[in-house]
This record gives sequence, C-alpha cells and structure tokens, in this order.
Amino acid sequence: MKVPSELKYTKEHEWVKIEGNRAIIGITYYAQDSLGDIVFVELPSVGDAVEVEEPFGVVESVKTASDLYAPVSGQVVEVNNEPMDSPEVVNQDPYGQGWMIMVEMSDPSQIEKLMSAEEYQALIEA
Amino acid sequence: MKFIPHTDEERRQMLKHLAVENTDQLFKDIPSELRLNRDLAVEGGLSEMELQSHMNSLAGLNTGVDQTICFLGAGAYDHYIPSAVKHILSRSEFYTAYTPYQPEISQGVLQSIFEYQSMICLLTGMDAANASMYDGASALAEAALMACAVTRRDKVLVASTLHPEYREVVKTYLHGPGIEISEIAYQEGLSQLADIDQKLDKKTAAVLVQYPNFFGCIEDLGKIAEQAHAKGALLVVCVDPIALGILKSPGQCGADIVVGEGQSLGIPLSYGGPYLGFMACKDKYLRKMPGRIVGQTVDVEGRRGYVLTLQAREQHIRRDKATSNICSNQALCALAATVYLSLVGRQGFKQVAELCLQKTAYAKELLAALPGYQLPWQTPVFKEFVLKTKEAPEVINRELLKENILGGLDLGGYYPELAGHMLFCVTEKRSRREIELLAARLGAIS
Repeated sequence: MKVPSELKYTKEHEWVKIEGNRAIIGITYYAQDSLGDIVFVELPSVGDAVEVEEPFGVVESVKTASDLYAPVSGQVVEVNNEPMDSPEVVNQDPYGQGWMIMVEMSDPSQIEKLMSAEEYQALIEA
Repeated sequence: MKFIPHTDEERRQMLKHLAVENTDQLFKDIPSELRLNRDLAVEGGLSEMELQSHMNSLAGLNTGVDQTICFLGAGAYDHYIPSAVKHILSRSEFYTAYTPYQPEISQGVLQSIFEYQSMICLLTGMDAANASMYDGASALAEAALMACAVTRRDKVLVASTLHPEYREVVKTYLHGPGIEISEIAYQEGLSQLADIDQKLDKKTAAVLVQYPNFFGCIEDLGKIAEQAHAKGALLVVCVDPIALGILKSPGQCGADIVVGEGQSLGIPLSYGGPYLGFMACKDKYLRKMPGRIVGQTVDVEGRRGYVLTLQAREQHIRRDKATSNICSNQALCALAATVYLSLVGRQGFKQVAELCLQKTAYAKELLAALPGYQLPWQTPVFKEFVLKTKEAPEVINRELLKENILGGLDLGGYYPELAGHMLFCVTEKRSRREIELLAARLGAIS
C-alpha cells in the first residue's frame, strides 16, 4: 500500500497536501483499493464551504457509495474535474491526477489533528 | 389451527429469561394514561365462509367500470387491457412487486425492467429511465426534488393546471426540505406564459407542468422549456403516456425530466392502486435520478447480461443521504406496462391515442351542442375536456348513475372558480353508441 510520507491523512482515508494556507485533498491508495472500480465522483463547487469531518462529496464504486469527509474547514478554491469526467483516474493515480479539491483553510491549526504517514500506515495495517 | 404461535408455556419461559413477571411490565415505560387499558373494539372472529360472504357484500357496494359506462378520468383511466397482460403478469417467476435482492441471479426480471426503461425512454424522448416509482404524483414530487439537487436551487413553479392531488403530494414532499412553491395561473385552460415569465427567477429550480394538463388541454411545452432554460431552471413534465402515441414527445420539446402515471398502460383501475410512476431524464442528470436502473452489459465470455445499478446510494450504505425514499419498487406494474406496450405495438399504441382523440372530439361536439352545456375554452384537448353545465354537476352525476353511466368529475371541489364545470374523459373503450347515450341523457337532464 502506497502511503507517501509528505502527506497528512484522516481516519476516513483522505490524504491532504498542505501548500501554504491551502489544502489539496484526495483519497488514499488504500481507499480506492478497498472501494474497487470507482464509477462516479461527486464533488462540491468552487466557492462552497466545507466543514472539518463533515461530508463534502461522494465516491461511488461498483460495490458501494461512500462519503468523502473534509480533513479541514474552509472554502473550496479549486475542483479537479478529472475524477468527475473519468472516475477511473482515482483508481489509477489517487495521489496525482485523482486529487479532488483544494481548500483555502479557515483554521490551519486543524492540520495538527491529522495523521502522519506512519500513523496512517499503522491504521490500515491494524 | 392456532394462529397465535406462542403457547402459555413459551411465553412464561421468555418472561422468565427476561426476568420480568408479566408482559405488562415490558410496556411500563409508556405512561398508563397513554395506554388503551381496555380490549380492542373488534368483534370475535368469523369463519372463512362468513368472512368471504361479508367481503363479497362489501365489494358489491362498489361501482366499477365493468358495471358502468365510464366517462370519468382525472388521472385514472379506463383503457383497454389485452388479456395476455394478466396471464404473463401472474406467472410465478414474475409475481412480485419487488426488484430482486440478489439481482443478477434474476436475469429475466432484470431484462423485463430493462425493456420497460427502454420503452419509457422511447415514449418520453429522454435518455434514461429508472426502474419505476410508486405512482405519478410521487414521481413528480421526486422530480421536483431532483431538479433542486441538480440546480442547487430551492424554489419550484408548479402549474395550477397540474392535477390538484399531484400538487398536494408535491407540497408534502417539498415541505420538509423547505423548498418554496409558487403556482402558475391559467387562462383558457392553459398555463399563462406571462405568469411563468414573471415568477421565474434565479432561485427557480424547475417549472412543473402536465401534458396534456388536468383539463385535457395541451400545454405549449416548447415555449415553457425556453422560458425555464433562459433562467437556468429545468422543465419537468408530467405526462399521460397514452397521449405520447400522437403528441410530440416532451424530450423533443426541451423537457429535462419527464414523469407520469403508468396506470393507463395495462394496469386496471382498482380503487386507486397499485399504480406505476415512471421517471426519465436527460443523460447529464442521470446520477441525480432517484431509484435504480437496470443496465445491459456483457459477461466475461461476451454474453449479454443485465445488472442493477445505482442501487448502493438508496438501498445500502447511504440511505440516510438519499434524496428519495424509493427503496421498494413497482416492478410488477412496470412489467404490466412493458407487456401492454409490447402487445399493442408501435402502431397499435398510436391507434389507441388516435381513438381517444377522435372519440373525445366527437363527445365534445355532441355535448357542447346541447342546451344548458357549453365549452368554457376553445383550447385543443386530448382525452378529457371541461364542460360548463347549467345543472349542478352533482345532480347530473346522480342522474347519470341511474342509467349506469359514470359521469365527469365535478371541478368545483378543486377549483372554486370552476364550480358548475365538469371534466369528462373519453377513452378508446367508449363506443359511438355510449357517447350518444351520454349526450341523450345529459340532454334530458338540462
């Protein structure tokens, strides 16, 4: 299971990349692998507010549909259309082309509550 | 034979296991003033024969379309049903209202639903149809919710020419999510286009119209679609499927979501149900459509197969977030519609619609020529029309019933301004003789 060390993680299997005051969010390799073939991704629009630990979107695979939970609060400043147009990109490249939204954080201290790569690795191996 | 499965001994054991003395203790959380504290006011049992005879005598109090000549429509229609429909329907492998829970095993049922969806798409001119819904009214309400989800807006415009009971259902559904409803005024039996323009705004998710509308009049869908789209709203059309045998499809007129009542398609009038709601939409809204869809695919060996898709959202994990409560299905009614449509065929279906149109035109002409009756509007109609009467509709219907004729709907109850107006319906089943009989009786009443 790939768990890039430079990223932060949530227990709901989202990854977060911090760039200044912005957070780029996607789902982990483990998440896409557990979901199976992803057939649909629903994401918020630019300008929408997201709330920490609240759902901001949905991924639907052939076997299930799951909510996406926001790792931090803030406003959506960018949305990646690729997972919506070609959902398989999330399976193929979850940490790259399969990223989902970029959020302008309203409370950057929330980052401290996220998991490190080691902690996340321990979670999925447990 | 015992109908209560637990013996006193079994009950004693269960109570002992729970460490309570008697059953009453299990209900002690309910305050005693809220409990019934007496026996139910029902009589003792009847034998099977007595019960059957009782039920028969109750059933005998009903008046059905088998005993009368029916000119009543208003959402429930006396259309011809080929007898093969009921024979295919009652085959045990089909005989359930549910879509299967281990769907892919039931290829036959899935194929029938796939055929149903394909036919609904053909009729409505839409890209995708779901596997069916409860009835026309709830399908319409779901379409309104869907339009709000698609547009992320929270207001809908509803034509007052839409079935009044459908409007009530829409109101009920939209009350919870707090969606605002505004009604469109009508004139000459049609939605007022100027009123639509005036009420459409950037908050409006959809315009809901019926086609043909409650009065049987044919709304200008193309124009209403333009108006709605100009403001970023969707056009939701509630149709009488039979009319689509000859009318331009809502899809061709620019509709985004099409719903309707499928009772006309091979489902008998039976005291209001079970009926069949159908829903279809353009491809781009597919993911927001409630319910499920049966898709066609191939297996690893390239053989054709059918699969139930889009069910996870509603049935399993995300049920709490589903936009709709459609978790059961009307599969048996959908099958009836499928069998009906396949039996009458493309040409036959068109012929049914043409007969409705022609017979209605004939009835309209005959009735309007009678003294004491007149047409309030000159708008083209399909299978129903409004007639203004001098005598009270209630009196007219009572007189007609004496002659075994089910008269029209008294519109005054739904539209106070239309007191003294009746809605008559003429399907392909009405013969020339029956229509002339109606005219003769009405002539004698006024």
